[in-house]
Amino acid sequence: MAKKVALLQGNEACALGALYAGCKFFGGYPITPSTEVAEVMSVELPKVGGKFIQMEDEIAAMASVIGASLTGAKVLTATSGPGVSLKQELIGYACIAEVPCVIINVMRGGPSTGMPTGPGQSDVQQAKWGTHGDHAAIALVPASCQEIFSETVRAFNLAEKYRMPVQVLFDEIVGHSRERIEFPEPGDLEVIDRQGPTVPPEEYKPFDTSFGDVPPLAAFGTGYRFHVTGLNKAQDGFPTTKASLVDDEQRRQIRKVDAAQADIEKNEEYLTEDAEIVIFAYGSTSRSARYAVNELRKEGIKAGLFRPITLWPFPEKRVAALAKQAKAIIVPEMNLGQMVLEVERVAKGACEIGFLGRVDGEPINPGQIIDKVKEVK
Amino acid sequence: MAFDYDKYLRPGKLPHIWCPGCGHGIAMKGLIRAIDICGLDKNNTAIVSGIGCASRLPGYVDFNTLHTAHGRAAAFATGVKMAKPEMNVICVGGDGDGTAIGGNHFIHACRRNIDMTYVIFNNSIYGMTGGQFSPCTPTGAKASTTVYGNPDPTFDISKLAIGAGATFVARTTAFHATQIDKLIAEGIKHKGMAVIEVLDDCPTTYGRRNKFRSVVDMMKRLKDIAVPVAAASKMTAEQLEGKVLTGVLYKEEKPEYCEQYAQVIAKAQGA
Ligand SMILES: Cc1ncc(C[n+]2csc(CCOP(=O)(O)OP(=O)(O)O)c2C)c(N)n1
Ligand code: SF4
Repeated sequence: MAKKVALLQGNEACALGALYAGCKFFGGYPITPSTEVAEVMSVELPKVGGKFIQMEDEIAAMASVIGASLTGAKVLTATSGPGVSLKQELIGYACIAEVPCVIINVMRGGPSTGMPTGPGQSDVQQAKWGTHGDHAAIALVPASCQEIFSETVRAFNLAEKYRMPVQVLFDEIVGHSRERIEFPEPGDLEVIDRQGPTVPPEEYKPFDTSFGDVPPLAAFGTGYRFHVTGLNKAQDGFPTTKASLVDDEQRRQIRKVDAAQADIEKNEEYLTEDAEIVIFAYGSTSRSARYAVNELRKEGIKAGLFRPITLWPFPEKRVAALAKQAKAIIVPEMNLGQMVLEVERVAKGACEIGFLGRVDGEPINPGQIIDKVKEVK
Repeated sequence: MAFDYDKYLRPGKLPHIWCPGCGHGIAMKGLIRAIDICGLDKNNTAIVSGIGCASRLPGYVDFNTLHTAHGRAAAFATGVKMAKPEMNVICVGGDGDGTAIGGNHFIHACRRNIDMTYVIFNNSIYGMTGGQFSPCTPTGAKASTTVYGNPDPTFDISKLAIGAGATFVARTTAFHATQIDKLIAEGIKHKGMAVIEVLDDCPTTYGRRNKFRSVVDMMKRLKDIAVPVAAASKMTAEQLEGKVLTGVLYKEEKPEYCEQYAQVIAKAQGA
């Protein structure tokens, strides 16, 4: 049987991906350019017995999804830059309390209200550092409608598997472009549910590391009574200020992601085997970059594309290897220099790094990338 | 026979962090008795708080407990209730937590008339951070950030709740300990948003600064200012000056949020 296909906006594909992953709760607050995610969820969730709630602001939206997640539901919220800024305190809460949730950020220009309908890629460092305290981060950056669908599913899987918030960032161009999408049948994509407790309620501890760095999470209302707090806590979930316990907890929560880098990391490479110039690009910019690579190759310039799909944790090993192989890495992005910092950090001076930034609300076009490559060549 | 609080307290979690003479302990005992009166199943009850001295309560009681971020209890609780409407959801927290930083969530939970019980421990001050003024600090009172006397007007939490749409609103004080459980129990049984304001005391950061010589003085004030609603109807405006009404202040039957959403689900599924 032929696959079901449709012409969809990235934002719509995101909502459908969430439903495919088994999302049963959406708490949100409208903000352009992310609103279609909420709109589709408001229509589709009740059809599957799920719940949609439009909260009074983004802080409340984030709070509601954390609360809902603790009842065992897979949860989603979607917003844009200013909304993520508001959610930051509670993103930290979800990190420390280890509550699975997926946060969509359809990136627009900024800071502040910036350009509501203009694309941007300037929240990429916010996705890593955007809360207080030390914490791990997982962020995915799909570049097409089809990939928004599948990466949203993967974001739920990672959130459930590693018991933490996962952000999916796409720029407004990808979020609002209409593209053909082929719907996976149930079973085509892996769908992971969080690990529940295997011990009886009397023995359950919500942060019991004898089960590994990702302790099983019970659900409220299932006979497992436990305490959840944003304070540093011992394995039983109750607050502690004991230095060794706090230290253990902080390090474990970062280690659980570091140790799983291979499972979380996902990149795409195009003509990088022999590339002398590697273009590091993500989101809609990577599509201009791919076009640029083809054009450059026609002119005999050995260009290649490295496209991170997992942005955080950063693909350090592979980028370091490419830096050793290539003469230069060019980083075009719709900001004034964010991921280029990360590329520079891991390249450790092994090759030249070129940067091309654009923040005028226009996409980076292939011609600009070609010119930049020729500049460093 | 004496009431058995142990049944509802978590073993090994006492002593609590509250200062001697703090009203929060009295309010907690009232809440526990209310839960007992209503016969709530511990496994099916979630207690949610924000941040502050009052908000430490969930750590001590044996339910599904959620100690959230400052001000956000109602928003977390809304997520819990929406996702699992069969759960009994109770919010607890201080006046600062509920009406300053959390004011927006508080009024919107009231507006939705979502079926939860919100108990506000109103000690007129930010206790945990050392006695800065809150929206409920009386005008003119001393706080660590109003050493010249508080210039801010004061919230009446119960009126705020009624105005915002809560369908059960009651008030009592830590002095009237035996009324606390009855009012909270009535709130729990009420279908919809129930707000119970418990006026209590913070001897450590409020009493000291405002010339209450002892906890007994503070309790005496609570006793003196409280006027039951029935009695108030026979009093003149002059007699009511400086008093607060206690008892059930408002009660109304109105569609509840989760039930309204159940109709959305039914419609979406083609009913
Ligand atoms: C976002 C944020 N802002 C400020 C604080 C600091 N803070 C902790 S408790 C508190 C006030 C608590 O007062 P109240 O809610 O009245 O409760 P009480 O301590 O009096 O019981 C404040 C301001 C915080 N924890 N988080
Ligand atoms: S500081 Fe005040 S509110 Fe906090 S525990 Fe002490 S008396 Fe109670």
